[in-house]
Amino acid sequence: MKFYIPPQLTRLAIAFAIFISLFLVLRHFLVPDTFGEYGHYRGASLIDNALPEIHYAGQQACFDCHQDIEDLKKQDVHNDIHCETCHGPGQKHVLSGEAADILKPTGREFCGRCHSTNAAKQISAVFQIDLKKHNVNRNCLECHNPHQPWKMKK
Amino acid sequence: MEPHHYQHLYDILTHAQGYIFPNEIDLQWGILIVVYPFITGLVAGAFILASLERVFKVKVLKPTYQIALLTALSFLLVATMPLISHLSQPQRAYEILITPHSTSAMAIFGFVYLWYLMVVLLLEIWFDYRPSMVVWSNEKKGVMRLVYRILTLGVNDVSPRALKWDRKLGYIITVVGIPSAFILHGYVGFIFGSIKANPWWSTPLMPIIFLFSAMVSGIALVMLVYMIISYFRKTVIDLNVLDTIGKYLFFVLILDFTLEGLDQIQRIYEAEESFEIIKLLVSGKLYLTLFVAQGLVGTLIPLITLAFLQFYKHKIKVRKSMYLIVSILVLIGVYSMRWNVVIGGQLFSKSFSGFTSFKLGLIGLDGSLMAAFWLILPIGILTFLLWLLPPWKMVPEEE
Ligand code: HEC
Ligand code: HEC
Ligand code: HEC
Ligand code: HEC
Repeated sequence: MKFYIPPQLTRLAIAFAIFISLFLVLRHFLVPDTFGEYGHYRGASLIDNALPEIHYAGQQACFDCHQDIEDLKKQDVHNDIHCETCHGPGQKHVLSGEAADILKPTGREFCGRCHSTNAAKQISAVFQIDLKKHNVNRNCLECHNPHQPWKMKK
Repeated sequence: MEPHHYQHLYDILTHAQGYIFPNEIDLQWGILIVVYPFITGLVAGAFILASLERVFKVKVLKPTYQIALLTALSFLLVATMPLISHLSQPQRAYEILITPHSTSAMAIFGFVYLWYLMVVLLLEIWFDYRPSMVVWSNEKKGVMRLVYRILTLGVNDVSPRALKWDRKLGYIITVVGIPSAFILHGYVGFIFGSIKANPWWSTPLMPIIFLFSAMVSGIALVMLVYMIISYFRKTVIDLNVLDTIGKYLFFVLILDFTLEGLDQIQRIYEAEESFEIIKLLVSGKLYLTLFVAQGLVGTLIPLITLAFLQFYKHKIKVRKSMYLIVSILVLIGVYSMRWNVVIGGQLFSKSFSGFTSFKLGLIGLDGSLMAAFWLILPIGILTFLLWLLPPWKMVPEEE
């Protein structure tokens, strides 16, 4: 008896062969040009990622014009907090030097974002005060200098 | 994360409670990542039901065999779409498929998906339908004749010997298909279960829990689709079919419930340092979706109803509507389970001392309208497939 190969199988084998070669051909044309340039990814994606607008300048950029403030900050507990943590994104201001392009925070709520009592925070990391008790009705800035909190104003 | 959030992190701190890290304010995985495991689960579940029927030769379920296969196919065709719209780069989406990477858990999905689609589902359906398609291509005229011709791949042999081979090869595919379906959905669970940093996800039970909930949802869906088809075709619903599917659903639901229960008990007893935050999570932000939607509506009520239906055999109408309600409730329950896993796992901070909140958007590639679209599209595809390959017009095979 001759060995029987069901017709379905031969036809499917052909179909799969066509499918796989089609895939290989398509792959040849579709793989992006810069793929594999640096690793298993599209090299040009680095350029894409660099495209979005920059918002933060980093505090090194501030020192060029505000060295005085850095000198204050350096001496006190807020030393580890970078300028833009409080003043918001500063790239626009760095380029323009305009006051309107940067935030100047005020108010008790602002300092409270980090300092109000919060059971979830470690006291040892951030000192906490109860906004409802600590010198109520007065702005923090009347007594504390934000850049040098322990250098109390009168 | 939305780009403008980077600019004024403070302004959105109101989303957060307690202490969280800056990159946790916004959820990276939104509703489309909830829909994705839900859809893949339906595929795996529907397929496993069909396979059980075939491998164990459950005669009663005959009318649902093709329905289950076509349901699985319709949902599988859409399964990757939620991911693609979530990544919001549809013009580059194909790149992951043509440049697969063997060590990336995410990229492995391309392989798993292709294997399941090409080698398992399409082949099984093809072997099953080939004899009928040959007959249809002879009956029909014009375009449809050509369509069926192409679908048969030109294999027009309907001799008993060829038919025997259709059955034999189809059977082999089914046997290969069961572990494949397990892998397909186990893989989805693995994606979550393998994230070490997240105590809500990281458990070796995750793939298994996903698998069982997938079976639950797939079985419920096939039951629902069967009832809807009978309604539109104005044919009588075969209660034996419902009873048998209902029995499977009952047993799988028990298993699923037990497994998830064990997982939670283990968590509660271990009470690792993450336990406090998880306790707050489930009793707070997840209360409605976990205890009410998933536990009560999606599991307990269906379980009790199904148990009741095991010996309540009187009013046919009552039983039918009970099965209808159960299948819908179960689907809601499994959807909520996906929600609780995906969204729940991102609501608490890895510092274990704070929460963020999830704002569900309506529009956009990552919004709820998009999600609804991907859930409705498979129903359209299924309608088309049922029109193209009507199971009720198939040529009866002689044993
Ligand atoms: C090119 C120099 C320059 C750089 C760099 C610079 N600034 Fe300024 N900044 C100025 C000048 C000039 C003013 C005063 C503008 C005025 O009073 O109209 C100013 C004012 C300010 C003010 C007060 C705004 C107000 O409403 O009164 C703040 C706050 C400030 N800068 C913060 C920053 C921070 C933070 C950075 C780093 C990200 C920075 N600056 C970098 C030049 C600079
Ligand atoms: C802890 C938060 C905080 C940090 C960190 C901080 N600032 Fe300020 N800064 C403030 C507040 C609050 C004011 C408003 C003071 C006022 O109105 O009296 C201010 C005011 C200013 C002003 C306006 C002039 C003045 O002295 O009132 C400048 C300029 C300025 N900051 C620059 C900087 C620079 C540069 C840095 C980084 C070296 C920095 N700040 C870091 C909170 C901060
Ligand atoms: C970004 C969060 C943040 C903001 C905003 C902030 N602080 Fe602070 N503050 C800190 C941290 C962190 C420390 C402790 C630094 C350390 O010990 O290294 C600190 C320390 C202090 C201390 C010293 C506490 C002690 O017991 O030694 C004072 C006083 C203080 N801040 C006042 C202020 C005031 C006033 C404001 C509002 C202008 C403010 N802080 C805004 C984070 C912040
Ligand atoms: C009337 C002046 C005054 C005002 C207004 C004021 N403080 Fe103070 N603050 C002090 C003095 C004095 C101390 C040190 C003694 C103490 O702990 O009460 C202090 C201490 C602190 C400490 C350190 C607490 C600790 O336990 O080490 C923090 C943090 C602080 N203040 C933040 C703030 C914040 C935030 C505001 C605004 C909501 C504010 N302060 C408003 C005078 C003031």
